[in-house]
Amino acid sequence: MIAENVAFGIIAAAMALGAIGVVRTKNVVHAALYLVVVLAGGAAQFILLGQEFVAWVQVLVYIGAVIVLFLFGIMLTRAPMHPKDSLDNDLRWPAAVTALFLVGILVGLLVHTFHADKIEKLQVNGPVRTGQITNAIFTSYIIPFEVVGVLLLGALIGAVVLARKD
Amino acid sequence: MLLNEFLILAAFLFCTGVYGVLARKHAVLVLMSIELMLAGVNLNLVAFGAFHGDVIGQIFALFVLTIAAAEVGIGLAIVLLIYRNLHSADLDDVDTMKG
Repeated sequence: MIAENVAFGIIAAAMALGAIGVVRTKNVVHAALYLVVVLAGGAAQFILLGQEFVAWVQVLVYIGAVIVLFLFGIMLTRAPMHPKDSLDNDLRWPAAVTALFLVGILVGLLVHTFHADKIEKLQVNGPVRTGQITNAIFTSYIIPFEVVGVLLLGALIGAVVLARKD
Repeated sequence: MLLNEFLILAAFLFCTGVYGVLARKHAVLVLMSIELMLAGVNLNLVAFGAFHGDVIGQIFALFVLTIAAAEVGIGLAIVLLIYRNLHSADLDDVDTMKG
């Protein structure tokens, strides 16, 4: 139990620092690399929760594909590596107040609602096997699965149509 | 492990993403902040799935992942179009429809 909490704390600290890095850094490529830290930390938290399939999907899809897409986007829009002016607009302080207000409300509500709830089913049931996930996807959730496949196809064709030169 | 640990971390990630969406000027950085918000939501879903000992949290997280990938593809295509037409990916320059 103690080891789990220590692991959670270390990963959570890395994720929090990475998240702040994404929104504060002055270099666009560094923002993408900080995002890798956050997403890898997320995958590690999923493993800590015994949900290994979604952890590896996160590594493959986010770190493998989405970050590469972001780096291509940075390259194709010739984003400034060493910008002279700031990458932030003049809404920085109102945005910080909004975010702090939101985090205050959320943390207050969460502490009020779930203060005593422990994740105990993990010890009883063990980690979720990939077979359980696939059984659920291909029986109860087959229609959402197919719909999301069509959505992905439509989005990718749309991206090609939008981005090509004619 | 307390459920709240994960939920509060997810709330922090979400609010950092909100700050990034509001305060960043470069369009790719705004998309990255949206990814931060989605990562927070995914952590929430998976934590509740583990809390209830159910696979549905993971399945919904997988759907969110898929839709996030689609969103990034379309989003970057739109950013590329903006860059091609305005020669800048700066969201402050996208004010053609401003009254």
